[in-house]
Amino acid sequence: MTTETLIEVNDLNFSYGTRAILKGIQMTMPRGQVVAIMGGSGSGKTTLLKLIGGTIQPTSGYVKFAGEVVHELNRDALFKLRRKMGMLFQFGALFTDLSVFDNVAFQMREHTNLPESMIRDLVLMKLHAVGLRGAHHLMPNELSGGMARRVALARSIALDPMLIMYDEPFTGLDPISLSVIGNLIRRLTDALGMTSIVVTHDVQESLKIVDYVYFIADGVIAAEGTPKEVRESVAPFVHQFVHGEEDGPVPFHYPAQTYKKDLNLEDTFA
Amino acid sequence: MPRRIVSSIQNIGHRVIESTWRLGVASRFFILVLLKSGTSLRRFNLVIRELYFTGVLSLIIIVVSGLFVGMVLGLQGYETLQKYGSESAVGTLVALSLVRELGPVVAALLFASRAGSAITAEIGLMKATEQLAAMGMMAVDPIARVVAPRFWAGVISMPFLAAIFSVMGVFGGYLVTVVFIGVDEGSFWSQMQSAVDFRFDILNGFIKSCFFGVAITAIAVFEGYDAPPTAEGVSGATTRTVVTSSLVILGLDFILTAFMFRGVS
Repeated sequence: MTTETLIEVNDLNFSYGTRAILKGIQMTMPRGQVVAIMGGSGSGKTTLLKLIGGTIQPTSGYVKFAGEVVHELNRDALFKLRRKMGMLFQFGALFTDLSVFDNVAFQMREHTNLPESMIRDLVLMKLHAVGLRGAHHLMPNELSGGMARRVALARSIALDPMLIMYDEPFTGLDPISLSVIGNLIRRLTDALGMTSIVVTHDVQESLKIVDYVYFIADGVIAAEGTPKEVRESVAPFVHQFVHGEEDGPVPFHYPAQTYKKDLNLEDTFA
Repeated sequence: MPRRIVSSIQNIGHRVIESTWRLGVASRFFILVLLKSGTSLRRFNLVIRELYFTGVLSLIIIVVSGLFVGMVLGLQGYETLQKYGSESAVGTLVALSLVRELGPVVAALLFASRAGSAITAEIGLMKATEQLAAMGMMAVDPIARVVAPRFWAGVISMPFLAAIFSVMGVFGGYLVTVVFIGVDEGSFWSQMQSAVDFRFDILNGFIKSCFFGVAITAIAVFEGYDAPPTAEGVSGATTRTVVTSSLVILGLDFILTAFMFRGVS
């Protein structure tokens, strides 16, 4: 495994209006690794993926992908850069008017001049890699959630990208599909020499397959480390997150005035 | 009391600003669609595919409605004209009403509810299910690949549908007055032929339907693309497409008629 850096995130800030979503994020992601970004819902994980993909602009700081600062690129250069990236959306985001085959062939037809016979072979190879060669003629509405996710995975590796970003790839899957997707992420990363970023809150499944983990809470990196370090960590936030404890640094109760005051009991018991 | 008055004035102000702002966004989007139409014109099979969904699938409603509108026109026209002994002019009445007004306008209203709503719902749902975002991440511009082909398909379909509507209407009028009631066939067609002018009637009707086609599909694609990515958002956008396009069609029709038929007797 090489340790050359593919993605460098430096002092990255992002806000929606006055609401700060990401505050001073600092990350480096080496080529060939599977990196997980974990954190509770609304912690800014998906925003980070959007910033790497260049669909939104940072307030300050930068993301550098393969040596290029993403937000400084013009539209054509950004589109050129995106051909080196793949993204797996939470529920697959397959094109519902195209068959499984045409979904996987989509990028090849849009971006290359390959003859149809070669596209056919390539598509079948990509589908074979996710175990769905036999489903190439089906329409997206005929697929189960796990199958749709696998087809989307085949589609995202269609042009052999350098990076694949997975947005919550484990959401809503049964245990078998979940481990199939997990193993596919690891195997494809190794076999194709890609880099993978997995945004997830499925701790147990992702710790099995990733090389490095970042925890994001309230827009900052709360902790980071290898899966082994994370499992053994005694840091309160990491411990609470990894073991799924109800209360801790992330409180169970949403901030409120005192319970007594809400129930109008303060005068009675004062 | 004065506070309520102030707040209601503020409300009106907010609405006006919001509507103006939205109109600006829509205009910019429309220009963007035109600028990014190159892909659609180079790869015309993308437009042909959409022509099937917007044009061909709207045929049934257009043909059936055209036929009935023509039959009603024939019936009503005959009832009125026969009082003055000029029932043979019923062909002229049917043809002029259809070609100048009813053909383009009613076909456009039907097209807005049949194809416009479908375009909005499809684009809105593609947005809600992240298909447009996925396309963008694959370095394919959704406006060029999804929006522009649908826009051009709508613009091309509309004049054809309006023409088919008028033809079916004339046929409906013929069926009722000539075949069922027994008006003289020769005078039905010959009066129609001498009264309908190619430039003033048919060409103007065609131009009207082109304007309507642009208006309906521009509204439909914008509403779809702008729809909030939720079930409520898409349903609201679909309704807005039908309501806004219907009002725009009727408004545009008045303006176009005023320009086209000014001073024509």
